[in-house]
Amino acid sequence: MYLTKEEELILAGEYGFALQKAIEILVALGEIYGADSLIPIKNAQVAGVSYKNIGDAGIEFLRDFVDAGAKVSVYTTLNPAGIGEEPFMEKQREILELYRAMGIEITSTCTPYYGANLPKFGDHIAWSESSAVVFANSIIGARTNREGGPSSLAAAIVGKTPNYGLHLEENRRATVVVDVKAKVRNFVDYSFLGYYLGKTLKNDVPYFKGLNPESLDHLKELGASMAATGSIALYHVEGHTPEYKEALEDKVERIQVEEKDLEEVKEKFNVDWSEIDAIVIGCPHASIQEVKEIAKLLKIREKSPKIPVLITASRAVKALADTLGYTEVIERYNGKIIADVCLIVSPVEKWYRGIATNSGKASFYFSSFGLKVRLEDTEKLILEAP
Amino acid sequence: MKLKGRKISGGKARGIALVSRKSLSFLGGVDPETGVIKDTESDIKGESIRGKILVFPRGKGSTVGSYVIYQLKKNGVAPAAIVVEEAETIVATGAIIAGIPMVDKVDIGKIKTGQFVEVDADKGEINVEE
Repeated sequence: MYLTKEEELILAGEYGFALQKAIEILVALGEIYGADSLIPIKNAQVAGVSYKNIGDAGIEFLRDFVDAGAKVSVYTTLNPAGIGEEPFMEKQREILELYRAMGIEITSTCTPYYGANLPKFGDHIAWSESSAVVFANSIIGARTNREGGPSSLAAAIVGKTPNYGLHLEENRRATVVVDVKAKVRNFVDYSFLGYYLGKTLKNDVPYFKGLNPESLDHLKELGASMAATGSIALYHVEGHTPEYKEALEDKVERIQVEEKDLEEVKEKFNVDWSEIDAIVIGCPHASIQEVKEIAKLLKIREKSPKIPVLITASRAVKALADTLGYTEVIERYNGKIIADVCLIVSPVEKWYRGIATNSGKASFYFSSFGLKVRLEDTEKLILEAP
Repeated sequence: MKLKGRKISGGKARGIALVSRKSLSFLGGVDPETGVIKDTESDIKGESIRGKILVFPRGKGSTVGSYVIYQLKKNGVAPAAIVVEEAETIVATGAIIAGIPMVDKVDIGKIKTGQFVEVDADKGEINVEE
């Protein structure tokens, strides 16, 4: 891999330990995946925030890194934190403070694109958080590989990333055409489709035919679910996403998705309401439109559900909901908007036996923790909950 | 016997080889306090990786595994070096931040548990005592 004189100096330790370690990571990844050079990035999104995930090992590394003078050199936002009781929260606050000390905006959301960090088409970025990666690549047309927490942090510190994978035009073309014959209309249908395809496809770039997404949130959920059950980092939707016209080449494998394929997912997450302790909406974090819809449905329902309606969203969206009056409505009906937090990275298995959600991604993780899951559309969740 | 590989994380080390034929997840698979393998699917379950030349095909699992490798080092129970068939992000990043010599693209079928191994990661060279 070609390195500039300055990069060589950083690698030799001339600019200190933190920058040296960071560029060592980038160079090693570049060598492993065949990059020709490092390229500048516009911004970064760093995962590895919840104490449940990174544990004491992560804290120790971050503390040593801060002590060594680690500072980000590009605009960098952060993934959501966990929520729990003490001493969990004390550790969680320490992690956020360590990231803040590195110059990171401690936005704590998996949907930076709804607020603090919206890249433009063609920008090279280094994002971790698989749902944000697939959103940035597919819906915005920015370019990022599926980074892990440490590699996105390294890229943020150096301000560069190795030039391989989805940074290169030729790797952004479709590798499989997905002809959707099943009826996919509501938010939850995109969860079913994404959940099924993540399991079915490999390291593919799918090209969807026959999809007509009504909202950005539907596409958000499709990508998030595929990225959770599989390793999809980019997809194209004919007529809807910015790169679909250049994405198709001759000789690409074709598959069809029929109604019966999605039935399997529906049956898997069909736990009776009697076993459900909470409704969780906002995985990835809810947009203001999703919040508005929930408030509207609660008003139509008129009576508070017996189980809490927990909505996770970014602080930006929560602030809007406060101002626009939706928070007040939601709280009136046993609901709550929890800002900057992710329940998947919190010790939920200690609190609930079963969860109802509209998210394929949340269903995948909650069931992996041993929770019972009901996967249903937003409207049914709110109107039919006990 | 000399084996040729590629440097992932620099440095030199020597020690006894501990060889697994299966992918290894550090998060959940290795106890960061003791360095003992606890992955129930592993063929080296119950073994300590402390001070060993740890040889396995590739890493798997959560990217948090990188931090576990760092914690192993801080706790003094890390392997002396890591030798793999194919490096990937998790183990490579972990070895670099922990300062553990690591080499990949090695024909690991030629190394057996218990053999004395010298690793010169800077040159990408491995010497296995026969």
